[in-house]
Amino acid sequence: MPDVTDPQTLSWYEASARQRVANLLDAGTFEEFVGPAERAMSPHLPLFDLPRAFDDGIVVGRGTLGGKSVLAAAQEGRFMGGAFGEIHGAKLVGLLRAALDVKPAAVLILFDTGGVRLQEANAGETAIAETMRAITDARAAGISVIGLIGGRAGCFGGGGLIAGTCSRLAVSESGRISVSGPEVIETNKGAEEFDSRDRALVWRTMGGKHRRLTGSADAYCEDTVAAFRQAAIDLIETAPRFDLAMLEAEQGRLEARLHRFGACRDATEIWAQLGINDPDAVPAMTDAAFQEIAAGVTEASHDAR
Amino acid sequence: MTLADILASLFPEGHGVTVADGLVTGHGPLDGRTLHVVGIDGDTPLGVDGALTLSAAVLDVMRAADKAPILVAIDSDSQRMSRRDELLGLNECLAHLAKALLLADRSGHPTIGLIYGHSAAGAFIATALATRVLAALPGANPSVMDLPSVARVTKLPLEKLQQMAKSTPVFAPGLDNMVAAGAVHVVLDPERPLHAQILGLIADLPSHDVRDRLGQERGGRPVARDIAARVAGQARAG
Repeated sequence: MPDVTDPQTLSWYEASARQRVANLLDAGTFEEFVGPAERAMSPHLPLFDLPRAFDDGIVVGRGTLGGKSVLAAAQEGRFMGGAFGEIHGAKLVGLLRAALDVKPAAVLILFDTGGVRLQEANAGETAIAETMRAITDARAAGISVIGLIGGRAGCFGGGGLIAGTCSRLAVSESGRISVSGPEVIETNKGAEEFDSRDRALVWRTMGGKHRRLTGSADAYCEDTVAAFRQAAIDLIETAPRFDLAMLEAEQGRLEARLHRFGACRDATEIWAQLGINDPDAVPAMTDAAFQEIAAGVTEASHDAR
Repeated sequence: MTLADILASLFPEGHGVTVADGLVTGHGPLDGRTLHVVGIDGDTPLGVDGALTLSAAVLDVMRAADKAPILVAIDSDSQRMSRRDELLGLNECLAHLAKALLLADRSGHPTIGLIYGHSAAGAFIATALATRVLAALPGANPSVMDLPSVARVTKLPLEKLQQMAKSTPVFAPGLDNMVAAGAVHVVLDPERPLHAQILGLIADLPSHDVRDRLGQERGGRPVARDIAARVAGQARAG
């Protein structure tokens, strides 16, 4: 498929990282840094007899969004699950560090990741820590960092922590966000704690609808590149500051969540307490109907992030 | 060293640091000023509740605005792996704790990590790895994932991984490999008073994130620094 198609119909979930970023930004404006021609490939994967990618599973560069200059990074979930290896992580870190000098209107992170690439675990883990520090540096300098989550690999492990560091997040229904993935919980704690084959349970617990209703994400998109583009344009305008007042507000917001919902066993119990009349109907609800309901949940929208 | 040994070596005049449910909070006198301590003891997993307890302690320190340093002492498990924690937004709670430490550091409170036991994955990222300088004591065991679990995920035989781990620091668990990656800045000497060694770290804070330079110099992350610099260079060359 060519990189640029019709963003109105192009599925975010199905698209590649390159298609997402090319169609998210203003047409023809994306310019890649350290692109595939530079052959920046993992020095470690050959030890494991694993194939490499010319971009190590992440595309970084600049362009414009609604006419404003932005930096953007897009993870490719189809290469090693979009996981953070040494080069993959370093490309994101370099982009974020440059933001302090380039001063774009925003840095966009198109998450699609299972977390740390185990074959390069120490490098990936350290890069995640470097990324979080660089995001807070950028935010403190007044640059919005916007996360977009709706890819096939979701946003797991350290990716979930990075997402929690962003100024704003947009998700689609497929946009799962969590630290421990379903298989990790099941492997370590047993199927009675979390049955990873129960897909409905996975969506209810980690999926975009639950994250939007509880205010873990700031916008909910239908699964098209055009919807994510509009969400990103809107979210840049409303990004919260990074200061003590914001963190105090976030402390209060998260404490209130634990206090109210700490005894809930299932997401549907939380949704009921949030005032949703028929929580069992939420998973099958259309995007439009869901957005209407989410707009009525006061806890879903805030500046405490 | 145990936490009690560490606190005795740090605060010869006594201290007010306590442990409850594996969470460490309090402070003690350090060379005429206050050193705050937050942390995790006893290989305890870090869940939503613990993360918010620790972040509240960090925010309390910041409100005082006296620029007092914060020691983040860690002997933890990984993040708490449970349905409840993920349902309640563990990623937000862990990120919130990391953000609190990163903002404290930006606001002039030096943040010093001290890993003296185990730590892994999300718990490690949200605590020790969110400090300005991360020190370790010999015997510490930071990891992303233990080798038997890596073997399960990568479908490689454990014996082969153990063999590879001897020559390849980039994926293998353990303190030496995290030092090689640049994640751990320095290993302290347990035979010398920690008091002086921590004061030395506070006096000599790196002005920016030097972990990729350390990883390059020590060979554990041979290319990260150059790649980050190349990307940043192309971004700046508008």
